[in-house]
Amino acid sequence: MNVRLRYFAWVRERIGKPEEVIELPSRIKTVSELMDWLISRGEEYAHAFENPQVIRAAIDHRHVRSDAAIKNAGEIAFFPPMTGG
Amino acid sequence: MKSTVRLQREPFDAAAEAAALAHGQRDVGAVVTFAGICRGIEDGEPIASLTLEHYPGMAEAEIERHVAEAANRWRLLGVTVIHRYGRITPGEEIVLVVTASSHREAAFAAAEFLMDYLKTHAPFWKQVESAGSKTWIEAKASDDASVERWTTPRRNEAAE
Repeated sequence: MNVRLRYFAWVRERIGKPEEVIELPSRIKTVSELMDWLISRGEEYAHAFENPQVIRAAIDHRHVRSDAAIKNAGEIAFFPPMTGG
Repeated sequence: MKSTVRLQREPFDAAAEAAALAHGQRDVGAVVTFAGICRGIEDGEPIASLTLEHYPGMAEAEIERHVAEAANRWRLLGVTVIHRYGRITPGEEIVLVVTASSHREAAFAAAEFLMDYLKTHAPFWKQVESAGSKTWIEAKASDDASVERWTTPRRNEAAE
């Protein structure tokens, strides 16, 4: 399954790109498993996700917790805690 | 209920937006306007500008969800939310929330509710530029505490 990943703020800066499309390995079922898999792909990901508990995630434009199931997600985003308003 | 959610690079006119929201609605008796402004000093240091990054698509959707939630909780006649993105210099407005209702309680409460959720749930990130360096602003624990108060319904809301 292909999934679009999007990164924002310092997560984007550390990874070095705003988005990418990945072929999701079928054994990856949750957001936190996806983070672990990304960390194994290279140091830029390891740097971005060095404190996984501070990273927020969204699936198809909705906030989710890290134990959320990916199911048929089209787009998954990772970002720091928000600072708008 | 009249509702408008807009994300834009350009400045907005808070007074004109408030007037437009109340216009032609004879039962409006209260309009609350909140404008968030870019401070010129952050942690005691002068700043040159803020740059706001956002997640297009999700930002609109998330704000719309909170506007719908506010309309569920309070008897509102109108809501306008405008959030800017891009580079903003000190003194400029960043965000506008306007709420209209027949009586002030609902308008005040809904405006606070929307601002608390915008700060903690709308996908925007501020980067501050000062003395040639750029730093991402860290989320404040006090903002999380502010949003917590809306998670358990209070008696006066239940009565509305």
